[in-house]
Amino acid sequence: MLAKIRTAINTGDRGDFHEAHTSATYITNDDGNIAVRIELFAHRVAEYKAWVGRCTTEGIAQAIAERLTIRGKKRMVIPVDLPAGWLPAGIEFVRDTQLDRTVIAGMDGVLSGAALGIAQTGTIVLDGGAYQGRRMISLLPDYHLCIIRAQDIVGVVPEAFALLATTMQIPMQPYTFISGPSATSDIELNRVEGVHGPRTLDVFIVE
Amino acid sequence: MKKPESVIIELAPRFEVGAKSALQNTQLRRNMGKATQTIRGKRASVVDELSDWESLRVAGQHIKDDVLQHLDTYLVQLEDAITRAGGHVHWAKDAHEANEIVTRLIHATGSKEIIKVKSLTTDEIRLNEALELAGITAIETDLAELIIQLAHEKSSHILVPAIHKNRSEIRALFQKSMNLPDLTDEPTELAAAARQFLREKFMSVRVATSGANFAIAETGSVCVVESEGNGRMCLTMPEVLISVMGIEKILPRWQDLGVFMQLLPRSSTGERMNPYTSIWTGVHANDGPQEFHLVLLDNGRSDVLADAVGRQTLHCIRCSACINVCPVYERTGGHAYGSVYPGPIGAILTPQLVGTAHADSLPYASSLCGACYDVCPVRINIPEVLVHLRGKVVAEKQTQPQSWFDGENLGMKAMAATFAHRSTYELAQHAGQLAQWPFVQEGYIEHGPGLLGKWTAMRDFPAIPPQSFRDWWRERQRDE
Repeated sequence: MLAKIRTAINTGDRGDFHEAHTSATYITNDDGNIAVRIELFAHRVAEYKAWVGRCTTEGIAQAIAERLTIRGKKRMVIPVDLPAGWLPAGIEFVRDTQLDRTVIAGMDGVLSGAALGIAQTGTIVLDGGAYQGRRMISLLPDYHLCIIRAQDIVGVVPEAFALLATTMQIPMQPYTFISGPSATSDIELNRVEGVHGPRTLDVFIVE
Repeated sequence: MKKPESVIIELAPRFEVGAKSALQNTQLRRNMGKATQTIRGKRASVVDELSDWESLRVAGQHIKDDVLQHLDTYLVQLEDAITRAGGHVHWAKDAHEANEIVTRLIHATGSKEIIKVKSLTTDEIRLNEALELAGITAIETDLAELIIQLAHEKSSHILVPAIHKNRSEIRALFQKSMNLPDLTDEPTELAAAARQFLREKFMSVRVATSGANFAIAETGSVCVVESEGNGRMCLTMPEVLISVMGIEKILPRWQDLGVFMQLLPRSSTGERMNPYTSIWTGVHANDGPQEFHLVLLDNGRSDVLADAVGRQTLHCIRCSACINVCPVYERTGGHAYGSVYPGPIGAILTPQLVGTAHADSLPYASSLCGACYDVCPVRINIPEVLVHLRGKVVAEKQTQPQSWFDGENLGMKAMAATFAHRSTYELAQHAGQLAQWPFVQEGYIEHGPGLLGKWTAMRDFPAIPPQSFRDWWRERQRDE
């Protein structure tokens, strides 16, 4: 198969090959205005019909308590390393110590951190790093409350991949990009929120 | 000569025949018109938002040029990286080999059913049919693919295969096949029905298959872009994951995703970003499938690579922007193309994958308006390839003895000889002026005789004017 491919490369050479990236002129950074960037992120996440709130580092537990009360969530699965200081009293939090899938699916929701956010597209990136846990826990429950630090939000998509390259490990982490709750456009091409992934997504930006 | 063992839908009529019957289906035309109009509007608004869109398109094109120019190197690099990360790579020269590999891998797990992420490549090789013969049930988990599977129909669009069906048709289908008599036609409720229907499968089936939108040569990462979360389910929950990928889907560097993850969602569903993107590298300890296989598929792609003009077809990232903007597709729908790949991209990809002899009507399924080229995120010059393939179709016909007596062929040859010299050209022009008079009405021929009749059946032919440009020029010089 490789031999055939090698022959084809030569036969079909049109002689107008451009070296990629030597001529790249697309935008790789935003203008660096952090306040505008955070505002844009909040706005774009909300446009996917997710709920977005803000809180301070000291107020995380309080904010989480209020949000979960409004949503009526009582039993939440959390990554093993989620800080105890984030967890308010009165709600049951279960750490994912390789829990069985049916147990996770039976939870009211998941509470997690995030690796980074992308303002331009309102995207949250999970890489299984600090406060994020296994992919399964942010997938099976019907509700996801995600906490993202303001300083982890980048401006544009190429910045996100550049930043992820700096934290890449061996063996490599799995990545999940989340832009709003799960959705489908399969019925008459209209976006409908909520299919197999969490149908409700709440996000707190920590400043 | 190649055989259409895949891609082409068996017994599908030629494009012009399929198109004729599709055009008579008013429900289909209404559904198609509404859907393509919606998606065109969404795409345009999110593309206009980016001031560097043209730069991104050029970058996308150049990265894909690079991929194809060094495809052998990148494929080996990818194989090494995936193997290092605990995955397995298989090479399949055609559909048959790919199906054999996947069947063998599933048999080894002992599982009798698999869950599937929507994948054009597995549609192309007809994996589901091959698995059925081997006693394995493939369950489609994408909502539209599920609709198609339950209705026993064929896809009509690469992104939204059930685009030809409206909500009330889907409701009727779900009421019957999921035994939900009280279901309404609210899209939210229809989606919820699919969620419930598939949840148990996601929790219990041990093997999944998927395609791949991108694979990164330098890291060995594979990327799947989706909306519903069915992709995440299939890529996370089972013990074994088998992905089938066309060899051209590779990207050299991790940072290339920064370009393609802007081009694809905006061109495809018209969103700034699709809801979910999964990127994995081999196997991850305690997280997701512990056995991963990637099947690299050629199936005619190296033949496309060997064609200097046709090669750019392999830039395609299957976004469907060209399909949504095509005036021909909007009216005929996808089934008329008789292939897994409809629309403008299908009109150039299908004939190249299976050989022009087996799909010789498809390069003509276009008005050459060029709207597809304008929206293509990787700048495939589709009209250029269409014309190139039309040339191949004609050249192929000319090698056959019956072409010696073919009126069109003889006429074109005579015309070429006549137009080659000034004197014969002018003579023919004057002869035409005399001969055309019974057919001309107000400067146009509406019903031409003989072969010209084929042309005038669809559109008017401009009559030769009483004074040609050459006559006018000569007269002008005389007067001076």
